[in-house]
Amino acid sequence: MADAQTTFFTVERQDAPFRPVDERIKDFASVHRMLSNETLRQQASRCLDCGVPFCHMYACPLGNRIPDYSEAVTQDHWKEALDILHSTNNFPEFTGRICPGLCEASCTLAVNFSANTCQNIEMTIVEHGWKEGWILPEIANYRTGKKVAIIGSGPTGLAAAQQLVRQGHEVIVFERSKRIGGLLHYGIPNFKLEKSVLDRRLGQMRQEGILFETDVEVGRDLSARYLLQKFDAILIASGSPSARNIHVPGRTLDGIHYALDFLSQQADLLEGDTFNNEKTIDPKGKHVVIIGGGDTGSDCAGTAIRRGCASVTQIELLPQPPIERQVSNPWPQWPRILRTSSSHQEGVKRLWGIETKEFIGHDGHVKEILCKKISYENGKPVPIDTSEFIIKADLVLLCLGFIPDTSLSLFKDFNLSFNESGYIHIDEQYKSSVDKVFAAGDVVIGPSLVVHAIKHGRLCAQSVHSYLSI
Amino acid sequence: MQEKQASNEVNNYLNQYEQLVQNGRYGLYRQEFEHDSCGVGFVAHLDGRPRYETIANGLHVLQRMQHRGAIGGDKETGDGSGVMVQIPIEFFCNRVSHIPLSDVASYAIGMFFLPKSDNLREQCISIVEKTCNEQGFSVLGWRKVPVDEEVLGAFARSTEPAIMQAFITWNENEDQHLQQKLYVLRRTIEKTVAAADYALDQFYICSLSNTVIVYKGMLTQDQVSRYFIDLNDELFKSSFCIVHSRFSTNTLPQWKLAQPFRFMAHNGEINTLKANIHRQKNREGFMTSRVLGKDLEKVIPVIDESGSDSSMFDNVLELFVTAGRSIPHVMTMMIPEAYSPEIQMSADKRAFYEYHSPIMEPWDGPAAVVFTDGRYLGATLDRNGLRPARYTITRDGLIVLASETGVLDVPESNIISKGRLYPGKMFLVDLQQHCIIPDNVIKAKLSRQYPYRRWIKDSRIELRGLFNPSQVPAIDHQELLEKHILFGYTDEDLKVILTPMASQGQEAIGSMGNDTGLAVLSDKSHLLFSYFKQIFAQVTNPPIDPLREQLMMSLESFIENASNPLDIDERQYRSLKLYHPILSSRDMVRIRTNPHEDLHPADIDITFDPEDGKDALERAMRRICIEVETLASQGHSMMILTDTHAKRGRAPIPSLLAVSGVHQYMMERNMRSNIGIIAETGEVREVFHFALLVAYGCDAICPYIAFSTIRQLSEEGKLGTLSAETAADNYVNAIKKGLLKTFSRMGISTLHSYFDIRSFEALGLGNPLIEQYFKGTVSRIGGIGFKELTWEIMQRYNQAYPAHRQMPKLRQAGGFYRYRRDGVPHYWSFQAISLLQQATKTEDYAIFKNFTSHMDGSYRTIGEIRGFLDFKETVAIPIEEVEPIETIMRRFASAAMSIGSISKEAHETVAIAMNRIGAKSNSGEGGEDPKRSSPLDNGDSMRSRIKQIASGRFGVTTEYVMSADELQIKMAQGAKPGEGGQLPGNKVTDYIASIRHTVPGVTLISPPPHHDIYSIEDLAQLIYDLKQVNSEAQISVKLVSEPGVGTIASGVVKAKADKILISGQNGGTGAAPLTAIRHVGLPWELGLAETQQSLFINNLRQQVIVQVDGHLKTGRDLAIATLLGAEEYCFGTSLLITLGCMMVRKCHLNMCPFGVATQHPDLRSHFHGKADYIVTFLRFLATEFREYMARLGFRTVEEMVGRSDMLKSTVPTDSIKGRTITLDALIDFPRRHDRKLMHAQKINPTLPTSEFDKRLQAFLTEEFWKFPYPVSLEFPIANTDRTVGGSLSGRIIKQFGSKGLADNTIQVTLHGSAGQSFGAFLAPGLFLRLIGEANDYLGKAMSGGRIAVVQAPETRFRSDRNIICGNVVLYGATAGEVFINGMAGERFAVRNSGAMAVVEGVGDHGCEYMTGGIVAVLGQTGKNFAAGMSGGIAYVYDPSELFDTRCNLDTVELEGVWDIDDQTRLKQLIELHAKYTKSKIAMAILEDWEAKYPQFVKVVPIEYKKVLERMKQNEYRDEETLSVTEEVYHG
Repeated sequence: MADAQTTFFTVERQDAPFRPVDERIKDFASVHRMLSNETLRQQASRCLDCGVPFCHMYACPLGNRIPDYSEAVTQDHWKEALDILHSTNNFPEFTGRICPGLCEASCTLAVNFSANTCQNIEMTIVEHGWKEGWILPEIANYRTGKKVAIIGSGPTGLAAAQQLVRQGHEVIVFERSKRIGGLLHYGIPNFKLEKSVLDRRLGQMRQEGILFETDVEVGRDLSARYLLQKFDAILIASGSPSARNIHVPGRTLDGIHYALDFLSQQADLLEGDTFNNEKTIDPKGKHVVIIGGGDTGSDCAGTAIRRGCASVTQIELLPQPPIERQVSNPWPQWPRILRTSSSHQEGVKRLWGIETKEFIGHDGHVKEILCKKISYENGKPVPIDTSEFIIKADLVLLCLGFIPDTSLSLFKDFNLSFNESGYIHIDEQYKSSVDKVFAAGDVVIGPSLVVHAIKHGRLCAQSVHSYLSI
Repeated sequence: MQEKQASNEVNNYLNQYEQLVQNGRYGLYRQEFEHDSCGVGFVAHLDGRPRYETIANGLHVLQRMQHRGAIGGDKETGDGSGVMVQIPIEFFCNRVSHIPLSDVASYAIGMFFLPKSDNLREQCISIVEKTCNEQGFSVLGWRKVPVDEEVLGAFARSTEPAIMQAFITWNENEDQHLQQKLYVLRRTIEKTVAAADYALDQFYICSLSNTVIVYKGMLTQDQVSRYFIDLNDELFKSSFCIVHSRFSTNTLPQWKLAQPFRFMAHNGEINTLKANIHRQKNREGFMTSRVLGKDLEKVIPVIDESGSDSSMFDNVLELFVTAGRSIPHVMTMMIPEAYSPEIQMSADKRAFYEYHSPIMEPWDGPAAVVFTDGRYLGATLDRNGLRPARYTITRDGLIVLASETGVLDVPESNIISKGRLYPGKMFLVDLQQHCIIPDNVIKAKLSRQYPYRRWIKDSRIELRGLFNPSQVPAIDHQELLEKHILFGYTDEDLKVILTPMASQGQEAIGSMGNDTGLAVLSDKSHLLFSYFKQIFAQVTNPPIDPLREQLMMSLESFIENASNPLDIDERQYRSLKLYHPILSSRDMVRIRTNPHEDLHPADIDITFDPEDGKDALERAMRRICIEVETLASQGHSMMILTDTHAKRGRAPIPSLLAVSGVHQYMMERNMRSNIGIIAETGEVREVFHFALLVAYGCDAICPYIAFSTIRQLSEEGKLGTLSAETAADNYVNAIKKGLLKTFSRMGISTLHSYFDIRSFEALGLGNPLIEQYFKGTVSRIGGIGFKELTWEIMQRYNQAYPAHRQMPKLRQAGGFYRYRRDGVPHYWSFQAISLLQQATKTEDYAIFKNFTSHMDGSYRTIGEIRGFLDFKETVAIPIEEVEPIETIMRRFASAAMSIGSISKEAHETVAIAMNRIGAKSNSGEGGEDPKRSSPLDNGDSMRSRIKQIASGRFGVTTEYVMSADELQIKMAQGAKPGEGGQLPGNKVTDYIASIRHTVPGVTLISPPPHHDIYSIEDLAQLIYDLKQVNSEAQISVKLVSEPGVGTIASGVVKAKADKILISGQNGGTGAAPLTAIRHVGLPWELGLAETQQSLFINNLRQQVIVQVDGHLKTGRDLAIATLLGAEEYCFGTSLLITLGCMMVRKCHLNMCPFGVATQHPDLRSHFHGKADYIVTFLRFLATEFREYMARLGFRTVEEMVGRSDMLKSTVPTDSIKGRTITLDALIDFPRRHDRKLMHAQKINPTLPTSEFDKRLQAFLTEEFWKFPYPVSLEFPIANTDRTVGGSLSGRIIKQFGSKGLADNTIQVTLHGSAGQSFGAFLAPGLFLRLIGEANDYLGKAMSGGRIAVVQAPETRFRSDRNIICGNVVLYGATAGEVFINGMAGERFAVRNSGAMAVVEGVGDHGCEYMTGGIVAVLGQTGKNFAAGMSGGIAYVYDPSELFDTRCNLDTVELEGVWDIDDQTRLKQLIELHAKYTKSKIAMAILEDWEAKYPQFVKVVPIEYKKVLERMKQNEYRDEETLSVTEEVYHG
């Protein structure tokens, strides 16, 4: 191959453009526009096909073969690119949209030039595949007769389910919510992941033979004993159980909600569900304060803006991250730098180093938050005594992450053991302390990225398969 | 007293040697690795009258070639010298009184080496006498040959045999076939003695003949006549005298290996030896002889395998001569000239060669052979002309032929002709007819002796002549995928291996080295091919150049038949002729359906049922062998071993196992020649696979899956617009080129001689497997057997056919060339790179420790030998007692990386860093900016203390040599042993071009061999040259680890190198073919251990510094290397990584995104490396090494060197394959030893200035060196005066800088024959005018000045017929002028990059690889003129208008001299020539200029012309230069 490539420094990196802010905040459709396949091809040709591809070897939890699919795209072999992509990733259309792009951060070109647009290439490949009708159910031509129950239909459960059904096992996924997808459905706003994208993939999975049982909570609606009796293996992928709370005066006031409650309600609303006024969390015309500077916070902000809030303020306990990499955080590590999401661009006030002291209410409803500034010395927080101030807050959304909870009836019913951090204890083969029972995903590692979830699902499925093949 | 002590030392050494070396083995050392090479010649009188003068002259010639021999570890024992003469009847008649001898030749004389012990000697004598009696001979008596043993060196004396002559007569009626009977007698005696119970290794018969006698021994050249008293007797008369002096890699006492042998003496090396031995054994299976009759049995086996390559050649020569062919005939068979279609020769002669090619494979390699059968006395040269042979004939019939000219002083006026042997040609004297027979007459006579042409026409069977083909059906996509998985194809195989071959017709190139583990130490499944590591040519024999000298090479082969080679009739040619060994699927159909009566094909299924029990594979192999035997006995002649039946339920047997197994099985039954073996296999895809199959006895190969894959790639549009057929053609071409390249790495020119060569180390194949299936293959660490092999096959099988009838979807990614998860693991992983960069940037030793523990751990998990060695427990010492890191770091050097392959910034940073810590940086091949010799303002220095001398000699000027503390001669490079180098045109910027003395934008090629090193004595000569010029620099020789490298190292020490670098196969590269990166060479552990062991047993270790490189990264690496024998260390890749390299592996594309390995200005601006990073890395490394030293209880590195007893092997017990190896040989440690002899003693690099240059310099006063004034001198000169002017030139440059002196300041006129390297490294201002003649390497690396070689006025023949100087003139010259009033030899002005020359005729390969300068040839040119010429201009006088047939037009254009500038330039040149040499030819041309100049042809390289034009228009821009890989694709 005469691969004398120069495009990595002759062609500029080009990201998929956002729709204009004033246009996109009027709806919940995707914020991104797609690049043309031709542009994408040129972008893909920037990939250096490194001897040691850090993107593939180091960064991507799934080990996506970025150089390989980039080359296939460069050569206009989209089908081959799709096969390569699917060989490591069941759901590239999800990760292509919502992954933070670990691969791009560790791209060799990121050192002196600008990284290859690995993620956008990924998404375009798979969308092209859907468009061309190349993504068909892959129905196993052999039935093992073994039954597997998967608890939880988040990315871990889905990936595991698809891997196992393709190996000829009978797979039933139990989901306690009304809809399939876990956080893919309830946690990620539509403007980042349109639900049609999820449904399209679920359609393929159903045709492959996966049965989904919704509104079933194992440990309550179904007993562990029943599952252990009826199934040859059980995989618990029930995700992160509990949102972290904040314990300050005024917490019990109305108008203070967990982020996920807000986001999942939005997801259901968009599906056409209705809620009575009491239950509806409506940001319209309100001053919204988001506590927690992470991605969930940003998702809440984007959602609130689309619902017509008066203002959004996002506050974070930690100091503002640097604009550029620090020496202590060298390439190829994930850069701990200030990131600005599409939602942030839509009008969010961001405050750093802020401690929440008290919610101040009126009529039992939150109206203001008392905050205090914090400075950091040698990484340790030092409150600045004289810095108290007040933020207007009609609606407060708590985005403080998740904590383990060993008391769930699901866990108790199976009588599982836990590790020191309070997550389900598993061995290298994803086996829990109980025979036949496997666990994977956030439920064993705590809240994490979708790519990690998919990776867990795939690896655990492999273990389950080996277990069933003995 | 002192003497006694010395002899004790010797005895100790010998005892120890004997204890150590048993059955020719010690540790990794094997006696079979030994090499030798030499000087050779003869003196004769045409009248055939015996004279003592001839003997005296012969001995004189011998002494004059003293510098071509070598001396051993005791500094006084020669490697062997001797003479062969006619039996001096008169001498024996008069001087032997106790035996009645007549004065006519009525007896034969046996010259015996006998045991010293009386008892044993008596035994031998009685065997001799008894055998004589049994065979119809009788021993008249014995004579003890008078010798003076005081002359001998200590080693020689301690092993000196009793030398005795037996006088043997025969019954009158036995006169007929006397020669044959004596041959049979000698073989019988030899076999009887060998069969005797007691050790009789001292027994040897030098000669047993009624015509000739050999006197030889472990002597230096001048010891011969002093030792053998007979040779001083005036009655000792002969009409000829063949002489030989030997240069061997070993110093072990081997009297019998001295030459001449019974029929010949040889200078050079037989590269194809192993194949020749195998073939000879094979021939013996079906040989009969009308002449020898039943006695043939008595002489078989013909080859004495304890002999040297030359002695084996002699064995086979003797057989064929005795069996009835004339000696010129046999020589022509064994060393045929090239006869590729491009070469013009008569149809009869071509037929002669073609006819003999199925009978005798070429004994290929550099060779000048002198031979005689008593009547004919002759000499012949190999097809490549890699050894010199010059002759002189006088009016009174004296003939002198030798490796050099000027070895005998003959009055010039008495000479009627002088000449040299041309490649592949023969020189023959008939002592009975008293005439010299020219080559064309010999060959014409030989080729018309029988109707060869008719026989060939009638008997030839060719594939194209067979039946009509039918189409091959396309293969189903899914089935192909399954087959891919079954045969271990990865995505990379498709992408990196097949696609480039199919689209470009060329094997892909890559960069950086191989940093993956060994197949046997990996827990993954590997193809059997991956275990084999190719052996390659270095030092003792040169690799050859398959691109530029392709017309010497051939892929032709014959599927053999078993007709008797000793007979001459048409049946012998009756075999299938193939133009190359790759068969298409169509060819397979042709073969299967052919109607030819001699070709009966049969299919043999080489798959097996995996369910068939544990030993299914082994049983299948037995089944296959028996099947082949049965079919063969039923008359089938073409065995098609096919794995097309592989499918679910049938697993394929590795094709190499099947082929080699069948081949060996049939060989053992003497049935191999009845059949041809064709492998039809899906497994084979890359060049190396084909090469291996051929090397293990496969006649032809059909890679059907590779073809199907290419078809699919084409159909999928992955080959652009190429059709499947064109793509397949390209693929076949790529394999063909690759095969030639593979052979050439071994120094072999033809497939015929590569067949069955088995020159590989099977790293990790167990002995049972080797013995039964791969006999003759080196395997020194043991390894896997059938069980593990089956496991590997089943891994692939189970992936291809998973349980439950599932269908696999994808191939494995591979990951060999580009790291992939689940693929082949690499040492330079992302962790390793990140940790090392972090550690050095933040100067954090803790992170560095993380790096080293990660790396050390990976050796074990990935599979490197040192991962399985560990330190023995011992008493540690406090770290304070260990020498400081500062002294340790002085032992560090950077690996050779040229400024060209890496950027200026990176190159300078490395140099600064190394200088800061007192270590040495290496310039690499490609010169160095002289400005860098001056220190920088901040005290840093960018001077590379090591300057490399590689085959391209780029930038090797006198100034360059003078600016070095160490001069490194690169014989091979770890990433691409046996390859040259190349710098793509777009890396040749203005700056690079200026230091390389070339033109910007033109691709630069370094040839595979050094054109002045075809043999070990040539290396000695180059070392001598360099030491003359810069007497203070250490001379280092870079070798690459391979089996036998230790033996080569011994030779290199004897060539007087001060340092040896043993490079591991893993070394990096800017660009190399992928096969070379992966499959050639061995890890440094093996090479280093073998070198230490070999040097030690040869008593040479203390004379040389041993340095090691090839992925040294941790303190533990250094500790292990030191214990295995290294005392200095080089670092390459790791340094680049600290400077920012991320192993992107884009060096060859000039696209390094970190500015390290690129010349692109935009990319270079992104270089962020700092010298501090390297300094930190090396400090850390030394610190960690020091910790290991303390732990092991060593205070100094010196006391640690070679202490392999501190190591233990920790072979894994849990790894399925790894547990089968054993590393004991690697750490074998002599129980009795002297510590002083295990590491380098003080190395004193100075070698005295040559006497000649001393004399020269004596005339230059102190005053002169301050204020030079013109000096004119005159001297006589002889061939022993070598490198004349070298030392003086060095001094001039040192004193006056690169500009030297004003033109003609020192004029020296010399009379006589100059030795080698006349005027080498000549400095400006020196004018050497030689009246007489010169030997090889005139004007080597000339950097200015002027040389004129003028025919002596007494000479009475035409100058354009006079060979006045030798081969390889002006190699690597950068400036200066040369005028040669006569003809020069081969490779005139090779790699000239600036000198100007006028010559009156040149041999083959003139102006090869030239990159600059001007050459005018006023006379004849040989073949292949201007091959690879990329710069400079040549003007060739061509009145016959035939020049275009002799010119290699690949890279050049021919034009007339129509341009006025050209005319002026040419005329000036010729005028200068006339001025300096008074050349009659020049004057004749000038006199008639208007008529003559149109008869000149101008040779100008196409690229160069374009560049010149661009430069003229001042429009040169970087992006206009040629594409990166153009050279590779079109080369």
